[in-house]
Amino acid sequence: MRVAVIVFPGSNADVDLYNAVEDVMGVPVDYVWHSETDLSGYDAILLPGGFSYGDYLRCGAVARFSPVMEQVVKAAEAGKLVMGICNGFQILTEVGLLPGALLRNRSLKFACKLSGLRVDNNETPFTLDYAAGEEIQIPIAHGEGNYYCDEETLAKLKANKQIVFRYNGENPNGSLDDIAGICNERGNVLGMMPHPERAVHKWMTSDDGRRMFTSILKTWREQNSVTTHA
Amino acid sequence: MFKAVVYVTLRESVLDPQGHAVKGALHTLGFDEVNNARIGKYMELELNTADRAQAEERVREMCEKLLANTVVEDYRFEIVEG
Repeated sequence: MRVAVIVFPGSNADVDLYNAVEDVMGVPVDYVWHSETDLSGYDAILLPGGFSYGDYLRCGAVARFSPVMEQVVKAAEAGKLVMGICNGFQILTEVGLLPGALLRNRSLKFACKLSGLRVDNNETPFTLDYAAGEEIQIPIAHGEGNYYCDEETLAKLKANKQIVFRYNGENPNGSLDDIAGICNERGNVLGMMPHPERAVHKWMTSDDGRRMFTSILKTWREQNSVTTHA
Repeated sequence: MFKAVVYVTLRESVLDPQGHAVKGALHTLGFDEVNNARIGKYMELELNTADRAQAEERVREMCEKLLANTVVEDYRFEIVEG
């Protein structure tokens, strides 16, 4: 398995994400610059947090037109795993791989702290190592994480079990229905505001994010019938 | 030469926390007549074109593709002599 961490001008969580893949999954991982036009060698594509293109106009609005995004859309359509974290989530909504949009936090303040989440769908390729309804701690760091969609879309998200994570306890940004992360209908594209890559070791205060990476690896192994010998 | 003046605001159905804060500040200052405040973006685009109809069509396309996110925002624009 080979993983791509896409790097846009202004990405800043790319190193954390790269390290998390290396530490937890132990598979080859590459930084892939936003101008790349071939992602065929990758099995999973990760879009990191940050402020791509300075978040000018809207977060993710300019990044979605990067050459690499056409390939990300193609990969998603081919069923490959695509995960966007924070700014990566914003880019995935802008490009239309995920429904809805991320608005300014209701408090108008940048929120940077450990956040309680509930795993509302543990049947996605990204969450199968969690228990259903499990309560976990993952840090957040965003000013525009207030998830919004219209009522019809929300009903669809619920009916298809596309709401993967909800804030548990305090909702830090005013998001609709306490949504912290969603997936597409097919389940192979996930976007979330919290940063699992910043919670992969005990010394990081929480290592609850590790199992997202082990889930991705397990999914890939199952799909490719790779047997592991303990 | 024409100039496009583009206004982008959050849709009416979307809560605008900035507008809400500004309304509160205006009330504090005694401007009680302010019922609602919406904060948006103002953009000026200088267009290298002599055809007004074409300019309108192209600016609409710019708004739909990039300048506004129609999931949460409304836009309107004026084409004026540059």
